[in-house]
Amino acid sequence: MGFPLGGWLSAVDAVLAAACAWLVLGAVAVAAPASLRLARALYPAGALVGLALAATALASLAGAETTRVLMLGLPGLPFHARLDALSAFFLLLLASVAAGVSVYTRGSLRHGAETAPGVQCLCYHVFLASMALVLVADDAYFFMVAWETMALASFFLVTSDHRHAEIRRAGYLYLLIAHLGAISILLCFGALQAGTGDYRFDAMRALQQPAGWGSVAFALALAGFGAKAGLVPLHIWLPEAHPAAPSPVSALMSAVMLKTAVYGLMRVTLDLIGFPLWWWGVVALVVGLASALFGVIFAATQSDMKRLLAYSSIENIGLIVAGFGLALLFRGFGMGSLAALALTAALYHCLNHAFFKGLLFLATGSVLHATSERSLGRLGGLIHRMPWVAWCALIGSAAIAGLPPLNGFVSEWLLLQAFLFTPGLPQGYVNMIVPVAGAAVALAAALSGYVMVKFFGVVFLGQPRDARASEAHDAGPWERGALVWLAAGCVVLGLAPTLVLALLEPVTQRFTGYALAGLGSGWLFLAPIDAERASYSPLLFFAVAVLLVGAAWLAVRAFYHGRVRRAPPWDCGFPWLTARMQDSAEGFGQPVKVVFRPVFRIDGEAPSPGDARPRYRESAEDRLWYWLYLPIARAVERVTSLVTVLQRGRISVYLMYSFATLLVLLFFIR
Amino acid sequence: MNASALVAQLTEVVLAILLAPLLSGWVNQCRAWMQNRRGPGLLQPYRVLAKLFEKEVVLAHNASSLFRASPYLIFGCLVLAAAIVPTVGTDLPLNPAADAIALVGLLAVARFFIALAGMDVGTAFGSLGARREMMVGFLAEPALLMVLFTASLISHSTSLSTIVETLAHREFVIYPSMAFAGVAFTMVSLAENARIPVDNPATHLELTMIHEAMVLEYSGRHLAMIEWAASLKLFVYSCIGLALFLPFGVAQGGDWLGLLLALPALAAKLAAGGAALAAIEMVSAKMRIFRAPEFLGTAFMLAVLALLVHVLLER
Repeated sequence: MGFPLGGWLSAVDAVLAAACAWLVLGAVAVAAPASLRLARALYPAGALVGLALAATALASLAGAETTRVLMLGLPGLPFHARLDALSAFFLLLLASVAAGVSVYTRGSLRHGAETAPGVQCLCYHVFLASMALVLVADDAYFFMVAWETMALASFFLVTSDHRHAEIRRAGYLYLLIAHLGAISILLCFGALQAGTGDYRFDAMRALQQPAGWGSVAFALALAGFGAKAGLVPLHIWLPEAHPAAPSPVSALMSAVMLKTAVYGLMRVTLDLIGFPLWWWGVVALVVGLASALFGVIFAATQSDMKRLLAYSSIENIGLIVAGFGLALLFRGFGMGSLAALALTAALYHCLNHAFFKGLLFLATGSVLHATSERSLGRLGGLIHRMPWVAWCALIGSAAIAGLPPLNGFVSEWLLLQAFLFTPGLPQGYVNMIVPVAGAAVALAAALSGYVMVKFFGVVFLGQPRDARASEAHDAGPWERGALVWLAAGCVVLGLAPTLVLALLEPVTQRFTGYALAGLGSGWLFLAPIDAERASYSPLLFFAVAVLLVGAAWLAVRAFYHGRVRRAPPWDCGFPWLTARMQDSAEGFGQPVKVVFRPVFRIDGEAPSPGDARPRYRESAEDRLWYWLYLPIARAVERVTSLVTVLQRGRISVYLMYSFATLLVLLFFIR
Repeated sequence: MNASALVAQLTEVVLAILLAPLLSGWVNQCRAWMQNRRGPGLLQPYRVLAKLFEKEVVLAHNASSLFRASPYLIFGCLVLAAAIVPTVGTDLPLNPAADAIALVGLLAVARFFIALAGMDVGTAFGSLGARREMMVGFLAEPALLMVLFTASLISHSTSLSTIVETLAHREFVIYPSMAFAGVAFTMVSLAENARIPVDNPATHLELTMIHEAMVLEYSGRHLAMIEWAASLKLFVYSCIGLALFLPFGVAQGGDWLGLLLALPALAAKLAAGGAALAAIEMVSAKMRIFRAPEFLGTAFMLAVLALLVHVLLER
């Protein structure tokens, strides 16, 4: 399959044109910033651009690499763009999710937002375009420009409700961590160019790095891209920024922007450095699993819908990085086919996470709009008032929980297979790590089931805990369309894994030298190694399950009466039932809090039995704030307070400083 | 795929559906005998099912369609699970469609929906039961997966048929890893099937119940499906245990005589397993609910240890 327009427009040109189209849409929006009608027209256009881009990416996945040098940039360092299989895969992810989110945003535009709709539309489309450019950038300069544009555009989107102090604070934290990450990435490129001063990726690929500098570059890349992806301990901005941002923005950030960081990590490690050492894989594996477990344990105790989903994103990114680490480990030991399997699992999970997390963030957006409430403790029973949102969210929740036959299960299945079929590795200790790491993945997957039962059960099931939840209305047609699009993605990705694996084959071929061995075993069966070892057929599985459930239903229908009587809930005969007696979000998280107590910093007070005015308070916080961030903040504060000694507030003193500096410099340079 | 495979597959499904309540009845009867009671008889579960199917459904005002669909869904999932586990023959048509990981996933689907159904009406007990069920689940599921992984590593396959064939047709070697895995599996299946010491299927004692709390709002045919599914779950777990630890007498593909002989072998093994379960329940006391994580954490650790023992000693 080649790119169809090959004659006059190469695939990379088409991608650049799509990015330009998004930028133009943004620019048009500023012409009438206050006009809601204009913005309503522009978002669907942006979705169409997204679909076109998705088609381009899909067509060019198996095609040849195409490059383009742009007439922009610095003199002597023009922007280089390049589209290869890895870029095309991530562009497909970006464009297909962005199409859904744009349609949703069209539906959720309303009067009375704080930022003018035109400005919001500009930031939104600049954000999309910059993510596309990050994915095709082929020199460090272009990459950093696109990367920073992405960070700034998303910062302005996060702070679009900037009148609230906590939203400004969240935005600041996000910007801070984003820039710490950017510095690290910049230094990584510095290490990669190895003193040649040539910042083209082509030149970096051609260089043979010494192992020491390669390791430095890997460490910097892991820190820099890890800060963007939300790996522990640089995850702290995620649970702050996601609740602050409008829901479509949270969806884009979580579903797509975190994946650009995964893309960057893969690009630098597998492509630019080119020779992964096995112990990098162990580092990535450990960091990834720590993030996965940390994320899911904290997600289980959250009582804010979007914070819960943000922590769940940390978990999923952790699983992706763990899969990637496993791929590095195998690659480092020269086991290409297993590296291909682990890399496939990681990439597949990227795609899955984009769809289900985008879906759930959009669903919380509809819930938030209908009830103006983010706290789980005031929701409930929404399946009756918002059936469309509820059933789509159920698909998303089941997919995140890793239930067959949806998409989350397929990538977890592949990941577990990669862990399981580790033949004897040359390193004894690593041999022991791999099964234990597999156990950690299994634990994280099981815990995510817990988290999703909590999320879906508390928000959509039960009785409304608050008046506003009982007066909610369902999402509008545009929002429904977007939700159904993403939910359909979850189902299709779950039922047709062999198609996705065929799409991923050029990527694994390019970076590990191997395709999955079992690809030839037919479209029905997913058998990554060979059919004897493991196979799974979601279609057959699903068909038999539907058949059995349907047969059970029909049989009961046929043989027994259908009498149903409606009555008040029984609840063991307890008559004074109120909605507040259901489990709250905190209550549902209690077992996890008890089982994993050492992870949390728990602070609270409980009333004594005879207390006339009982007060109950409990908070479970992230220990890393106190162990890592507060000490750093205090140290910075102390240093800056020392510097203030220099500030005298008199211009003559400052002139004297300049004079003295000049003298000192002259002394050195002369 | 040949005729005998299809016959084995169908036999398995029909046997599971029909005999699962009998296994529950057998366990209860054994327990009664050990406690010097007469017991309700082996057929009591069938009588209960018949009674429940005849009764009308009393549905809470605010029960959603999810609540009404869940019993069928859970039942279907567990029948499918029973179809995947090789109990009478190993050459099953469904075998390439779902492996050991898919089996664990299928059990997770059933748990997910029964927990959601428990929360649907919005009663205090329902959400309490759902929360506890998921607490048991998040520790038991990875432990079960690790047990299956140990067997998969021994047989170099996650396909359940290959596992059973490998384990059944080796020279008699005692794998130390399988000993650890066996203990872990027993603990997991006690917890997952709501047996003593984690839960008590016989009482509605509100402070300690897990499974019963979730299904309190169900009645009539819905409750019948749930009860049937619960006995299917016990059947499936027993079959997994037999497949992993006593895989003898299971027919190879295409062997008609073997298929015939497999049936009495299965019956004998299930009877012995049921009696052992009743004995375990007899001699242990119900734990406090917050001891359950310790119990299951131990099971998880044992299962991981089994895996490590295999990696370190048996390769």
